[in-house]
Amino acid sequence: MATGVDQDLAVQLTGLTKRFGERTVLDGLDLRIAPGEFVALLGRSGSGKSTLLRVLSGLDDEVDGDVHVSGPVAMAFQEPRLLPWRRVLRNVSLGLHRADAEQVARKALSEVGLATHEKAWPLTLSGGEAQRVSLARALVREPRLLLLDEPFGALDALTRLTMHRLVDELWQLHGPAVLLVTHDIDEALLLADRVLVLDSGRIVGEHRPPVGRPRRPAELTYLRSRILHNLGVTA
Amino acid sequence: MALTYAPVRTRAQRPAISARKKKRSFLPPRWLSPIVLILLWQLASSTGVLHEDTLASPVKVAGVGWELLLNGELIEALAVSGQRVAIGFLIGAVVAIVLGVITGLSRVGDAVLDSPLQMLRTLPFLGLSPLFIVWFGIDELPKVILVALGTLFPLYLGTYAGIRNTDAKLIEATRVLGFTRTEQILHVVLPGALQQTLVGLRQALGMAWLALIIGEQVNANAGLGFMINNAREFLRTDVIVVGLIVYAVLGLGSDVLVRFIERRALQWQPVLTRTSRSS
Ligand SMILES: Nc1ncnc2c1ncn2[C@@H]1O[C@H](COP(=O)(O)OP(=O)(O)O)[C@@H](O)[C@H]1O
Ligand SMILES: [Mg+2]
Repeated sequence: MATGVDQDLAVQLTGLTKRFGERTVLDGLDLRIAPGEFVALLGRSGSGKSTLLRVLSGLDDEVDGDVHVSGPVAMAFQEPRLLPWRRVLRNVSLGLHRADAEQVARKALSEVGLATHEKAWPLTLSGGEAQRVSLARALVREPRLLLLDEPFGALDALTRLTMHRLVDELWQLHGPAVLLVTHDIDEALLLADRVLVLDSGRIVGEHRPPVGRPRRPAELTYLRSRILHNLGVTA
Repeated sequence: MALTYAPVRTRAQRPAISARKKKRSFLPPRWLSPIVLILLWQLASSTGVLHEDTLASPVKVAGVGWELLLNGELIEALAVSGQRVAIGFLIGAVVAIVLGVITGLSRVGDAVLDSPLQMLRTLPFLGLSPLFIVWFGIDELPKVILVALGTLFPLYLGTYAGIRNTDAKLIEATRVLGFTRTEQILHVVLPGALQQTLVGLRQALGMAWLALIIGEQVNANAGLGFMINNAREFLRTDVIVVGLIVYAVLGLGSDVLVRFIERRALQWQPVLTRTSRSS
């Protein structure tokens, strides 16, 4: 093996290749994510972002290349994917194999501002609330790597803003490495330490927004246009 | 001219509470139309349009029913028939759910068991009654087995379909969340299958009563079917109707029971999206 494995990294992918039949979706992709690093992943629809996340989460292991992920890994999807027949608290605590599962679930719920909803049925929640439960459910697993697959894509603009702040806060509080898939460049620039662009099965662009937080939109215009160019969009 | 459209909302979209209230004030109660029908029937009998040898009047039926109730005949018949249906239903339900869970959860079980069950299902099982008499004699056994069969298929199909329709996205999510296989079955697969299983349960109960009635038509020496057959010999349409009403009440009662179970078991659903309500 050409590259050694750095155990400290949250993610280390070397030459990751994923094929569906004839079609190669990920084509020798390399990716390293440092512990606690917030990485956003942009890419056109169908470019393989979800496929990459499925590999990182262990859902798909029929791949070529070297995959090293230091767990625990947690994931939140575009749809909250809560169990509709379990109350909110149980949705967060189920599958946590520890004695104080319920307490930590309750704490996670209060961190996402839903302490009062622990007895609610998921189908009675609004889209934003359900997504926050999904976030609590991921965080309560104390992940070293948090995978977010367009978690705000289906939310209205206002709710999305609230969610951005929440994710930022929770990230600072818990410090997991985050890989956020999004189609919203501004979201990526606002939240991430590093913005990656996926195309033709590889990372074709890497951008670093200014370090300070919170970020001011004015600082980001130039970067924004470069990323758009990277995505093949000509303004 | 400007056209205005009232906002269209499906039942599922309405908020549960106000929908409940609205339902109360707009729809006539469920029991109203049967009452009207009975009044019309009485009218037909009283005016002589409906002869007693054809069909006794509601008042007559009620009187005879009361009589049969007091002299214990009805209770005894009910006990016998009730036992047949209870035992048959229980056997059928247990077998149906066990088979449904096996074929639903295991590919091997599916490959081995499902096609023979689907084949058997196409047999008109009520037509098997004569064969059962040849095989099992004329006592309780053929009646119980007929009821069990009537229960078996709808409930099996409901359970099987419910499990097979498990949301793959939920399974995926719980895999990432670290659920064990047992937890997945307990918290994802089975609760998800419950709704369709209950639809199957309701159909199964309907079939069970039907199977009981058919089974009791032949060679019964006790029970509701016997009471009805006996009455036929003497052209007692009033007793026949009492028997039919008892069958109907039992069927209705079991339906109410399932509705109650549904309401408890599916309380996580917003009230008006329950499919079984509209089925
Ligand atoms: N299970 C699968 N079988 C076949 N093709 C798939 C499968 N999953 C994804 N793909 C294909 O892989 C490509 C990338 O999909 P995906 O990772 O979902 O894209 P993205 O999330 O970037 O929109 C798409 O062309 C999709 O059709
Ligand atoms: Mg995707």
